[in-house]
Amino acid sequence: MSTTSFWLAVVGGMLVTFATRVSFFALPHLDRLPPLFLRGLRFVPAAVLGALLATLLATPIAELGWGTAWPRLAAAAVAGLAGLRTRNTWITIGLGMVTLWGLQAVLR
Amino acid sequence: MQSPSSQPSARREFFDGVRDQAPLLLGVVPFGLIFGALALQAGVSRLGAQGLSLFIFAGSAQFVSLNLIAANAPVAVMVFTVFVVNLRHVLYSASLSRHVRHLSAGWKALLAYLLTDEAFAVAQRRYLRPDLTLAHWYTLGTGLTLWVSWQVSTLVGILFGASIPAGWSLDFALPMTFLAMLLPALVDRPTWVAALSAAGLALALRPLPYNLGMVTAAMAAVGIAVLLERDR
Repeated sequence: MSTTSFWLAVVGGMLVTFATRVSFFALPHLDRLPPLFLRGLRFVPAAVLGALLATLLATPIAELGWGTAWPRLAAAAVAGLAGLRTRNTWITIGLGMVTLWGLQAVLR
Repeated sequence: MQSPSSQPSARREFFDGVRDQAPLLLGVVPFGLIFGALALQAGVSRLGAQGLSLFIFAGSAQFVSLNLIAANAPVAVMVFTVFVVNLRHVLYSASLSRHVRHLSAGWKALLAYLLTDEAFAVAQRRYLRPDLTLAHWYTLGTGLTLWVSWQVSTLVGILFGASIPAGWSLDFALPMTFLAMLLPALVDRPTWVAALSAAGLALALRPLPYNLGMVTAAMAAVGIAVLLERDR
């Protein structure tokens, strides 16, 4: 990506992000939007993050094959279970990384 | 007569906001550090990495951008994806709008720029309490606290990130970061359905270029969750 495209994307990203944040501050009458739309907004984080996570975990399988990629899936599973129990950011990320490092060290 | 200390003051509201936001920094600072480090690995310059934090100031959208930058996606795809990922802010904006109606355009713009998931979570609780005349100072306190931590942790990640060896598989921190952000969003059955159907659809639509399958899957999953909730 060229430097120009990068900064164009940053400025564009800034404008659309600010638009979502200022939306109802600037135009309070937006609450006439369809109620289904407003109710859908609640699900955006779970849907976006679920889709992202699946895409990111599938990429190494597609590029490296199961034989090389399975420790990442195992580490993700451990982190997911621990994260569900503790709801703790540090434990989720930390345990995922440590599990991957452990598996990579054992398999070396 | 009221004693001066019990009167609401702008300064007190501001520092109450700072104090109440502080515990959530534990969840924000690691993301900032990881973001700074991963941005360099995705080929973004140091200035560009800090620029993403300064101008977009939205963690998940910034992480998604890195993926698209590495995939050399067109500018329009990147901007559209950032928009979809940030759509949830409309909900926060709607929820706070009646409390900022009396403020100047400058205040509205400032509070909008600082409106993030974590700041909203803290600020909306302030509006449930009485004495709201100076509550915008409280909201400013929450937002600025988060802003400063995000900028500083990004900077530290940028400075420290280059010295992390490749053997550490730092790229794996990205899915782990999304996992850590996803889990607190799974609060009931429809949110679980949204996440799981989005994941399944994203895998099916992976052949689409530039992560467009990801955005399409997310929007379809939102539709599925809305329909499920309505039918219940």
